Amino acid sequence: MRHQLGLAVGPATFRIGSAWRGPIDALARLYAAYPPIDFARRVPDFTVRLQPVQPWRRFIRSSIFIAGDHMLPDAAPMALEHGLLAAEMGMNLQMALGWRRHVLLHASCVEKDGKALVITGESGSGKSTLAAMLGERGWRLMGDEFALLDPASGMVFAFPRLVSLKNEAIDIATAGITPERIGPRLEGTPKGAIRHLVPNAEAIARMAEPAVPRLLLLPRYGFAEAHRPVEQGEAFVRLTEASTNYIALGEAGFGALVRFVRTVPAVALDYPDSATVLAAVEALWGEVA
Amino acid sequence: MTYRAEAPDQIIVERLGAIDALYHRRSGTTHLVAAPVPQILEALGEGATDVAGLLARLAARFDLDTPDDEAKAALEQRLAELIDLGLVRGER
Amino acid sequence: MSAALLAETLIDPGLVTRFDAPTWTALLTAARAERLLGTIADKLDGLAMPPDVAAILADTRVDARRDRQQALWEIDRAMVALAPLDCPVVLLKGSAFAAAGLLAAQGRAIGDLDILVPRDRLDEVEAALRGAGWEWVKPDPYDEAYYRRWMHELPPLIHVERDRMIDVHHTILPLTARPRPDAAAMIADAMPLANGISVLRIDDMLCHAAAHLIADGDMAGGLRNLWDIHCLLIEHGEDQSFWNGLDARSRHHQLRAPMRRAVRLSHRIFGTEVPKDWLGGGVLDGLFAARLLTRTSWGQEARPFLRLGFYFRSHLLRMPPLMLARHLWTKWRKGYRPIG
Repeated sequence: MRHQLGLAVGPATFRIGSAWRGPIDALARLYAAYPPIDFARRVPDFTVRLQPVQPWRRFIRSSIFIAGDHMLPDAAPMALEHGLLAAEMGMNLQMALGWRRHVLLHASCVEKDGKALVITGESGSGKSTLAAMLGERGWRLMGDEFALLDPASGMVFAFPRLVSLKNEAIDIATAGITPERIGPRLEGTPKGAIRHLVPNAEAIARMAEPAVPRLLLLPRYGFAEAHRPVEQGEAFVRLTEASTNYIALGEAGFGALVRFVRTVPAVALDYPDSATVLAAVEALWGEVA
Repeated sequence: MTYRAEAPDQIIVERLGAIDALYHRRSGTTHLVAAPVPQILEALGEGATDVAGLLARLAARFDLDTPDDEAKAALEQRLAELIDLGLVRGER
Repeated sequence: MSAALLAETLIDPGLVTRFDAPTWTALLTAARAERLLGTIADKLDGLAMPPDVAAILADTRVDARRDRQQALWEIDRAMVALAPLDCPVVLLKGSAFAAAGLLAAQGRAIGDLDILVPRDRLDEVEAALRGAGWEWVKPDPYDEAYYRRWMHELPPLIHVERDRMIDVHHTILPLTARPRPDAAAMIADAMPLANGISVLRIDDMLCHAAAHLIADGDMAGGLRNLWDIHCLLIEHGEDQSFWNGLDARSRHHQLRAPMRRAVRLSHRIFGTEVPKDWLGGGVLDGLFAARLLTRTSWGQEARPFLRLGFYFRSHLLRMPPLMLARHLWTKWRKGYRPIG
């Protein structure tokens, strides 16, 4: 491919190739603080390709087809101006379909004193925004999209990629953050407006450090404040639903989730706004930590 | 119909509060089950038998307060579900 | 082309001790794209390699083990569903290799379950599978009508709970294709395994694989099919009587030319030992070999025009020209493109 970049995020390494320069330049700027990958000496876990929909279309109509080791054949192409998002989606896709070294949970995660708060919920639950805000308020951001549960140790590993902020969450989560850590505003993506946030220096420097899971939070945005404990069985079901590789891992995945729900209390938390959820999280954490 | 349970070494059962999580090695499938499914599988694990035989085994362990006919019908329904999942085999 | 590196590594795994990181990257990427990474993992087991490569291959072994387990389970489920019919059911492709414990199954990715049943039992088989939780994948009426009228299989069925597909074949090539293999003989002569399962005879497996490689598909992913052929040949092709039988059987199925070409390509690309009299002719072999070896170090298929040529060729082989035009038009109108 004409342009390429190597990236390490948490335990995973990526080779990203692109037919165009733009997406690679945008990635290089935002991932500048991450450890570089030298392909002369490292074999990346995954290859992502940003390629024209058809070979001769590179100049005619700039549409990006996201391809790589693992791909969805019927994925809709993306506009070239959303190249940064396309690269992020390509990397996410490799993790979601190809990662086998941990149980991959679709969850955000923050850490304090070696203990992890794992936050899972459907799209719109606010898990990404919540993790981003906690990451600027005394917690270490471990990831806004994936948490990696190690079947052998029961520990959670970080995957602190760029935080993907959508629509109204953009202003809330980027307040007070220096412009170098904020990506371009991408308008009109399939998910509306998107802006990427670079995790802070501590989150990147300590991205290889795992943490012991201490609390599982299941938030719902847009409701009056309320919380209830979640039974082990329900937590187990929610985690299997939140995992993209649970079935692929077989018995190891089963054992890891059984251990997780038996040792980590789970709480469902409804909240109406960010101030409420931040206070509620600190209060719940005080009870378990 | 004679019913035969999947070999015990193919099934891992883990209690999670009020329900059991069951991992079936041969299919790679996880099932979340509530009583009386684990009890049925355990009783059937003693050896293949028909509905009456299985009911007798269950009655020896638990207080069954339903009349025989009803219990038999309910048990046959559970067994049909377990056959669909591949956890029990039915032999005519 | 990195596909050539992949072929060389498969037949001489010891080469990897001299690989640098870029060579490893090219190998693993091409192998993954050709669905041969599991086979590579199996071949390189126990050899010294960098830790980042070892980790990737360990992941691949997890997948291969699960694939195999799931394939065997799907066979079990289909056999339970079809048992009351008392109808011959012959496993095909990867599932057959796994069930019969053949060399070709080692590390092989296995996708859908493919079975062959007599054509006059199709309706019963379909009904039994639908009664046991399988349902249609394709909601498109054109596709469905096309399948039923012209293809060698039912439209694919997917199990409603397990999310796994089954392809029910009544012969091994579309009815529009020129060769007419004798499916009835394949079923009648199938090799029984335990539990009512059977698989094709080895020579029929080879005829099927060759038909699939040369006469049927557009050769995308053909390297894996060719590797199957290589494995079947080295496991069974030791004495002359095997080759005589293979020749006779391929003639019987009207597949002599595809079989010959497949054997020559296996020899050419994987160095399969083949009797001399199987190696004559084949002026177009170079083109076929080039088509099989288009994968680059980025996992892409180079030479788009060569690929397009093979796509048209594949359809011409399967359909009379007017029907082809109608089919392609219907596909393209819906936004389908042969290259992507």
